[in-house]
Amino acid sequence: MSLLSIRNLTKRFGGLTAVNKVSFDVEEGAIVGLIGPNGAGKTTVFNLITGNYRPDEGDILFAGTSIKALRTHKIVSMGIARTFQTIRLFQKVSVLENVLAGRHCRMKAGLVAGMLKTPFEKKEEREALRYCVEELEFVGLKGQESQVADSLSYGNQRLLEIARALASEPKLLILDEPAGGMNEQETEALVGLIGKLKGRGLTILLIEHDMSLVMRACEHLVVLEYGCKIAEGPPETVKNDPKVIEAYLGAD
Amino acid sequence: MMNEKYKLFLYSAFALILATAPLYLNSYWVDVLNSVGLYAILALSLNIILGDAGLYNMGHAAFFAVGAYTAAYLNTQFGLPILWALPVSGIVAGIAGLLVARPVVHLRGDYLLIVTVGVGEILRIALINDVFGLTGGPNGIFGIDRPVLFGFKIRKPQEFFYLIWGFVAVTIFLFYRLKNSRFGRALDYLREDMTAAEGSGIDTGRYQLYAFMVGAAWAGMAGTLYASKMSIISPESFSFWESVLIFIIVILGGSGNIAGVLLGTFLIIGLPEAFRGFANARMWFFGLAMMLMMIFRTEGILPHRPRVFKSLDRQRP
Repeated sequence: MSLLSIRNLTKRFGGLTAVNKVSFDVEEGAIVGLIGPNGAGKTTVFNLITGNYRPDEGDILFAGTSIKALRTHKIVSMGIARTFQTIRLFQKVSVLENVLAGRHCRMKAGLVAGMLKTPFEKKEEREALRYCVEELEFVGLKGQESQVADSLSYGNQRLLEIARALASEPKLLILDEPAGGMNEQETEALVGLIGKLKGRGLTILLIEHDMSLVMRACEHLVVLEYGCKIAEGPPETVKNDPKVIEAYLGAD
Repeated sequence: MMNEKYKLFLYSAFALILATAPLYLNSYWVDVLNSVGLYAILALSLNIILGDAGLYNMGHAAFFAVGAYTAAYLNTQFGLPILWALPVSGIVAGIAGLLVARPVVHLRGDYLLIVTVGVGEILRIALINDVFGLTGGPNGIFGIDRPVLFGFKIRKPQEFFYLIWGFVAVTIFLFYRLKNSRFGRALDYLREDMTAAEGSGIDTGRYQLYAFMVGAAWAGMAGTLYASKMSIISPESFSFWESVLIFIIVILGGSGNIAGVLLGTFLIIGLPEAFRGFANARMWFFGLAMMLMMIFRTEGILPHRPRVFKSLDRQRP
């Protein structure tokens, strides 16, 4: 059974069909790239998976359970975490507090425990802090815990989003253009980071326009155009697929 | 850190001056401080909703009224001692907060503000019209008992001072801890970016409701203290202007910052008393000061700061 299974997914915005009967599977431990020209519906697929939009037709199965009707925070607690195409950090709070946001769904202390600072609450806070510092170290932001998020460079903000997603201990990590706005060195480091994530046993689904990154990092590609899936397979096959070449370069 | 020590010294000095104030101030000024204390509780409670969670609530006086009327009714009809009524009116006001917030809390800032203004006005008019014969109409409810603490009846302003500011101290203690907990952080995330908060796994809808519930419950308890201090309450004490005042205190003092909110309360409630001699000129000055603030320091006098995690330094070798 695949970790994530997209079945005949359709989403319409008024008269526009943004996603049209798209089906694909993401196997556990795989790194899958979702590519296609601008406006192909890639981010819409992501928003459907994470519950930001509701599909009009079709289903989304995560580890065999339908998640299409669940709210986003519920989907996160089931094990799907994401980053955003346009960075959506909590700009005015510290780097560490940003990561703690991702840890939230794995913690339990509520209103009363917070007011009374029960031993359970203190222990949980300590463990959460330690976990989040480790995730920051993992993505390479150690030592910047106390900085305000919007003071980080663009590339580091992207890494912080990944750390925040990782703090929720996801099984599936969804990255929406993780290399967007990164320079060559940062992109290189990102490829390394994606490899390390795979080493941790994470399954990754990513959208990316940087083809060199996609070709190196992904094992499997799904190509969308005008909301429809036009090709799927290993990078080498997809790269030489006439329909894909036509979609990217245009027909004669 | 030097700065921390300095802060601690400043706060202790302030607490000491305040705690001994009834010894050298006359009853009039102690009463002004009592008023400041009550508004401080109200502003701190609104701060959870407005400052921390970023929800524009300009009908906070409604919850203050619910608490005051609950306590007054239970005390005058059933003889429930005022301090026993304190938790009850907190719970009733908290439930009122939940009921009000449930259908409207998802509204965007300005829309929510208009709805809460409406709720406040509906409640005030309902109180005037003596709905279900509970509220005593325009005259309100009178003959509310003074609080009795360990057999000691609290009567004089000096005695009320310690009751009210004792409650403020407990509120600060609990709210400070709450702010530095999982709950407090969740409210920060809501305020900063709702979509990102939900996407990080936070049940945003639930936390919005919780914020309203806690804020309303505390305003309700402030209402109980107010009712027992005045021994008579009427709808005019819970006008729209009260909601506006509490709102201004939070925005001007510093949304999301407990010290800022306290400072704001002293400035907005205390200062006009100090300049009473200048009659109307003080309001003129006041309005001007507020306008300048909003132009040059929009985040308030003492704004919210990112948390410092002390244990973090300990973890690092």
